[in-house]
Amino acid sequence: MGSILEQLINGLRSGSIYALIALGYTMVYGIAKMINFAHGDIIMVGAYALYVLIALLKVPVMAAVFLTIIICSVLGIIIEKVAYKPLRKAPALSVLITAIGVSFFLQSLALLIFKPNPIAFKSIINVNSIRIGDITISGVSLVTFIITFICMVSLTYFINKTKTGAAMKAVSEDKAAAELMGINVNRTISITFAIGSGLAAVAGILFVCQYQSIQPTLGALPGIKAFVAAVLGGIGSIPGAMIGGLVLGLIESISKAYISSQLSDAIVFGVLVVVLLVKPSGLLGKNRIEKV
Amino acid sequence: MAMLTINNLEVYYGVIQAIKGISFEVNEGEVIALIGANGAGKTTILHTITGLISPKAGSVEFEGHDLTKMPAHNIVSLGMAHVPEGRRIFQELSVFENLKLGAYTRKDKNEISETLEKVYLRFPRLKERKNQIAGTLSGGEQQMLAMGRALMSHPKIILMDEPSMGLSPLFVSEIFDIIKEISDNGTTVLLVEQNAKKALSIADRAYVLETGKIVLEGDAEEMMNNDSVKKAYLGE
Repeated sequence: MGSILEQLINGLRSGSIYALIALGYTMVYGIAKMINFAHGDIIMVGAYALYVLIALLKVPVMAAVFLTIIICSVLGIIIEKVAYKPLRKAPALSVLITAIGVSFFLQSLALLIFKPNPIAFKSIINVNSIRIGDITISGVSLVTFIITFICMVSLTYFINKTKTGAAMKAVSEDKAAAELMGINVNRTISITFAIGSGLAAVAGILFVCQYQSIQPTLGALPGIKAFVAAVLGGIGSIPGAMIGGLVLGLIESISKAYISSQLSDAIVFGVLVVVLLVKPSGLLGKNRIEKV
Repeated sequence: MAMLTINNLEVYYGVIQAIKGISFEVNEGEVIALIGANGAGKTTILHTITGLISPKAGSVEFEGHDLTKMPAHNIVSLGMAHVPEGRRIFQELSVFENLKLGAYTRKDKNEISETLEKVYLRFPRLKERKNQIAGTLSGGEQQMLAMGRALMSHPKIILMDEPSMGLSPLFVSEIFDIIKEISDNGTTVLLVEQNAKKALSIADRAYVLETGKIVLEGDAEEMMNNDSVKKAYLGE
């Protein structure tokens, strides 16, 4: 019994990280109608940024975390301005190829600067694990749950209760009409990329605290799994990304524990195939009916 | 002095010239109708005025501001609202959220709720359905929402693009009554319509557009009695 619960807790922990990343995919898709395949690499940039700030520049931990989030947010804005904005009227395929190109660029840049060897990184989370009955929840898991929860609540509040949130909803539905309302569409898109990338930075920090090792391809796998989570939840839907991430984390950890740890990745990607076959709009996605 | 002056406007889509040197003006308090067939360039003119399209030549001057040099999102706060063709309401948002977005550029919360009450007074149906998702409204109600949303910015001038499109005759009359009311309350109206009869019946002056050019202009009443207009646009 205890071991099932521990597997579920592990699943929720990685699921929380997937959910944070999936939010970025889904928000950017909602507003720019594109899959930002460079999104996973923002996690990697966040991990290296944290490493440089803490291990090399000796910046205090909280300040380093804050700066890492800022660096990733700014990077997200720059990527959109340089790579995607010129392609706003281009066919979807050009945008997709560009996104993959940006992803390769970021990985290669990290490879050049930091070399391919993994860098050991000591977790910055020093919270004791807690025991409830015969299950143990590690400090990292605990912090991951709390941070993810805070991020989700504040994001939901931001989208639904603030003016900028309303502008984001308007822009994702109809850019020209939003412009006619006096909404600065370019700025709204920048804000969306900044928030998505900031959440990816948070995910990156939690991720390296868990795995304690940094390498240039570190963002690729969690990035692509979070993409599956976003599709599972319904791409474009914010609550969908949250639920999709958590469900995917649970599926992964249960497959690892009870089916086969080698097959777990295949099972996770199998979820994508099943979703696309059975319900392409995802768990919470809407089937948009175009009214003419 | 005219409130809105369009001077020698030329607009291209790629190599195709859609607007071929058009000039006209709108004075404060007027209702101006732009009439013409499909493809005459009516919508293009409105899109150019509110900055969604940039012209190749010519100017759009609104109370001393050159709108062609301004991003579209800065134009609303000068006092110009645009009810676009096909209504373009935010289908997935509620009626209330749509109306609130109409007041996006305004800061004073008390003034906004005052305007909201006025809009609800003019469109009681929007008040009844304020929490309904806009996409589930009927066509006529969506047109009312689009107009209410434009009024939320408290504009000096409203540009309306085919407000009667796709509506039942009953709704068409209601929409034109409302446009008349908006004008009577002091808002200037620039109306683009295919329904020339209805448009001329509420307009002060009108311009007739044919393939990117103004071919006729004048008093709306005179135009209703003009033989060529009767033949081409009034179906008589």
